[in-house]
Amino acid sequence: MKILVAVKRVIDYNAKVRVKTDNTDVDLSNTKMAINPFCEIAVEEAVRLKEAGTASEIIAVSVGPKACQEQIRAALALGADRGIQIETEDSPESLNVAKLLAKIVEAEQPELIIMGKQAIDSDNNQTGQMLAALSGMPQATFASEVSIEDGKAQVTREVDGGLQTVAINLPAVVTTDLRLNEPRYAALPNIMKAKRKPLDVKTPADLGVELKQHTQLLKVTEPAERSAGILVSSVDELIEKLKNEAKVI
Amino acid sequence: MAILVIAEHDNTALKGATLNTITAAQQIGGDIHLLVAGFNCQPAADAAAKVAGVSKVLQVDNAAYEHQLAENLAKLVLELGRDYSHILAPATTTGKNFMPRVAALLDVAQISDITAVEAADSFQRPIYAGNAIATVKSLDAIKVITVRGTAFEAAEQNGSADISSVDAAEDLAISQFISEEMAKSDRPELTAAKVIISGGRGMGNGENFAMLEQVADKLGAAVGASRAAVDAGFVPNDMQVGQTGKIVAPELYIAVGISGAIQHLAGMKDSKVIVAINKDEEAPIFSVADYGLVADLFDVMPELQQKL
Repeated sequence: MKILVAVKRVIDYNAKVRVKTDNTDVDLSNTKMAINPFCEIAVEEAVRLKEAGTASEIIAVSVGPKACQEQIRAALALGADRGIQIETEDSPESLNVAKLLAKIVEAEQPELIIMGKQAIDSDNNQTGQMLAALSGMPQATFASEVSIEDGKAQVTREVDGGLQTVAINLPAVVTTDLRLNEPRYAALPNIMKAKRKPLDVKTPADLGVELKQHTQLLKVTEPAERSAGILVSSVDELIEKLKNEAKVI
Repeated sequence: MAILVIAEHDNTALKGATLNTITAAQQIGGDIHLLVAGFNCQPAADAAAKVAGVSKVLQVDNAAYEHQLAENLAKLVLELGRDYSHILAPATTTGKNFMPRVAALLDVAQISDITAVEAADSFQRPIYAGNAIATVKSLDAIKVITVRGTAFEAAEQNGSADISSVDAAEDLAISQFISEEMAKSDRPELTAAKVIISGGRGMGNGENFAMLEQVADKLGAAVGASRAAVDAGFVPNDMQVGQTGKIVAPELYIAVGISGAIQHLAGMKDSKVIVAINKDEEAPIFSVADYGLVADLFDVMPELQQKL
């Protein structure tokens, strides 16, 4: 079984987010970048399926400028077999990414596509679902457990209020939630080996996709700050404040 | 201009987030139709008809929609949604699941998780885990939008819309519901609670959450947890409040033994009043708290329970 994983280059989850002073966007200059944490979980899940003998090949794809080859190499170091970079400008819209990935899916015919449920920059939570729809495939989002059997994937999903289990026909798209697995660290020899694994570069034109603009970013601002509160010295004072000042109990 | 809102329900009752989504639709402005797609869902459709601001309820009753599987529901919304200017759904795990499929099939963008309506085509939404707020304008003819419930008031339930039954069912039969395991609790649901008391790593273990439950029972509160407490295995993950868990905005949020990691703050900082109880006075949670108490939670919680 061939597995496709999509990976996104995003701000490192430990890095501080700064809004540009002209409020046009977030300032990413001199910021540490990394593979999106949910995408890393997707790669790990694919590698585990390969180690279990379920998968035979793992292709890691990323959409963006050349710099995203770093994140493809990171996926190759974790155990993906080959990479594809689709060259676009920074921050392509989700629907455009889904259309580009759909073309790769059409060409490569993977039986399973694993992606992160959302990227920690745009927080859209939509590309996997869009890809599934465009490819006419079922989906299982927010996965915390995946098992493959008899041409189907049985997936436990993290939903509001608990867990839901669905069975979906393959080929299908699965998006990862945090507790699906804990990604390994890439070992140094694997990082070296990853440099020699094949990495193709394609353009939207190669894939016959015309990118369209669907949204316009008008401005980006800092979130409203909460005004500083006060320290109380005892439980009695806390209860008194909540009753008489805040009037919430 | 007409707006189609997709109701979230369990066939017998509407989920609260639907009411908040209706308010967002009212702020956009226009005729509002509420779709109830389910199976044996007459009670949910009746509840939908009572939501103020709704002019018509569309009811689709078929086994294909019993569990609101994304594949079938998206196909239905695609068929019904083409003539609307806006299609809205709550940004719950159900809405997040099927709505991007609708957008992709309509060849339009989805504006996810909006927290404010600026104009009929422009919306605010948090990005970078709430560390920045983007104002986004849609250039598409049909705007597909998911709505963060906590950012909008709930619509009243004193309306009386007509219910029209729509016969449009199709089971794609590519996905199948197997089972679900919902956490059972007599306390209010986290996303609907007026008061929430949450515990963090400082709780030490799962048994100690009983202290929070006792206080919660006195306040009619829901009990939540930080990701650290969930990852440590103290409590199940459906209790998690944070960017990767539930986004909540109750009247009162009491954080107990929670340090206040960015990812937790993103999930609760819109609460009206925040109380932090932590023995580490340097904990970041105090920077967002209205009332802070620097003390050992194991002393404070029994006292709080006794004195409330």
